[in-house]
Amino acid sequence: MNDAWPYVPYVLAGAKLTIILSVASLILSCIFGFFSAAARFSNVYILQRVSQVYVSVIRGIPELVLMLLVFFGGQMLLNDLGELTGLWDYVDVDALSSAIFSIGFIFGAYMSEAFRGAYLTIPRGQLDAAKSLGLRPIAYLWLIVWPQFFIHVLPALRNNWLVILKTTAFASIVGVHDLVWRAKGAASATHNPFYFLVLAALVYLFFTILSERFFSYIQGRMKRGWISI
Amino acid sequence: MHYELIFKHWQLFLDGYKVTVALLFVVFSVSMVLAIILAIFRSSDRSALRHPIRGYTYFMRGTPLLLQVYIIYYGLGQFESIRTSIFWPLLSEAWFCIALGLILNNTAYLTEIIQGALREVPKAIIEGAKSLGLSSTKVFLYVVCPLALRRSIPALSNEFIFVMHSTAVASTITVVDILGAGRKLNASYYLAYEGFITAAVLYVSIAFSASYCFRALEKRYLDPLS
Repeated sequence: MNDAWPYVPYVLAGAKLTIILSVASLILSCIFGFFSAAARFSNVYILQRVSQVYVSVIRGIPELVLMLLVFFGGQMLLNDLGELTGLWDYVDVDALSSAIFSIGFIFGAYMSEAFRGAYLTIPRGQLDAAKSLGLRPIAYLWLIVWPQFFIHVLPALRNNWLVILKTTAFASIVGVHDLVWRAKGAASATHNPFYFLVLAALVYLFFTILSERFFSYIQGRMKRGWISI
Repeated sequence: MHYELIFKHWQLFLDGYKVTVALLFVVFSVSMVLAIILAIFRSSDRSALRHPIRGYTYFMRGTPLLLQVYIIYYGLGQFESIRTSIFWPLLSEAWFCIALGLILNNTAYLTEIIQGALREVPKAIIEGAKSLGLSSTKVFLYVVCPLALRRSIPALSNEFIFVMHSTAVASTITVVDILGAGRKLNASYYLAYEGFITAAVLYVSIAFSASYCFRALEKRYLDPLS
């Protein structure tokens, strides 16, 4: 066990990449979710259908399948497209960006549903009230929709963030040097697989607890001054 | 596009499909039984029963499934006492490790779902059943449990799809499930996406039929409640 100690900081350093991956995927998923929810609310039939199909098909595909598909197929697709259109030369898609893209794309579908649900809780009468007060659409969105929307979307955001954090473990399979990848490396180098894998699991648990604390704090703050939510 | 290779290896995908579906049904039904038992303990008044289960569900829900499966498959073999125990013939098999990992993981999620549903059964209904002279076992078996299970069908439907997603982890520890078949084609012919797209289509077909069945269950068992 003594010669295993130097590997502990090596494994823990993987947490940095896990966090980068999770945060980037969360941001990307919010972007995908925003556009998908906007498409669902638009008046264009084809956009509504595309958004619906996106949400229901993504729900049916395991995360790992899509990550491998994007990692192996994405580069080929990009290069074929580049050759076809002549817009770009050979591109090399690295494991990290393909993982961020696939996790962001998957959770964009879940975010889309969350955004839609939160937006639907805002009564239509408020739009009429805002119009009768002479508010411009942007003022209506920022002053009236946004504060209510944010408070209703928080629980789903918290859930999705916690799931994204754990989903990033799959990135180790396509070769991102995150916590799991390093733990597995240290495990086979030292013949102490149990300790290193449990160590990595505890780091995830630590991040989960930290995130739950953070979201509880934000939710508590947001509820201040509200009569009923 | 080399879809002729997919058709040439349809047997591989069929076998993978069987593995995934078998895993899905075994895992879901075993963890359903375990979760009902744990949910009863979890909502008991004794903290000696409640807290260990709370800790178990918290750990399982707070760490990635992939690591849990790795701990069982790679981690446990580290210990001499486990390698010489009677469980080793099972624990050294990849299919047993993935089934065990999925059951342990899924039981935690199901326990929380069922415990939440048990808590939401109205007190008045329980008191009414008691006043009819039913024993507390009968109140649970005939009144509380059926009501809670009916109410949790939508959550169980989500959980079923979630288990289906989780079964794909089997391919990471050498079990050839649907994704395992896709990865095999990827590795042996360097097919970039054909194998994975076929796998995705098969998974989507399972998910859609599962959603359909759960909607039928909802119609039969949940709608009459409202």
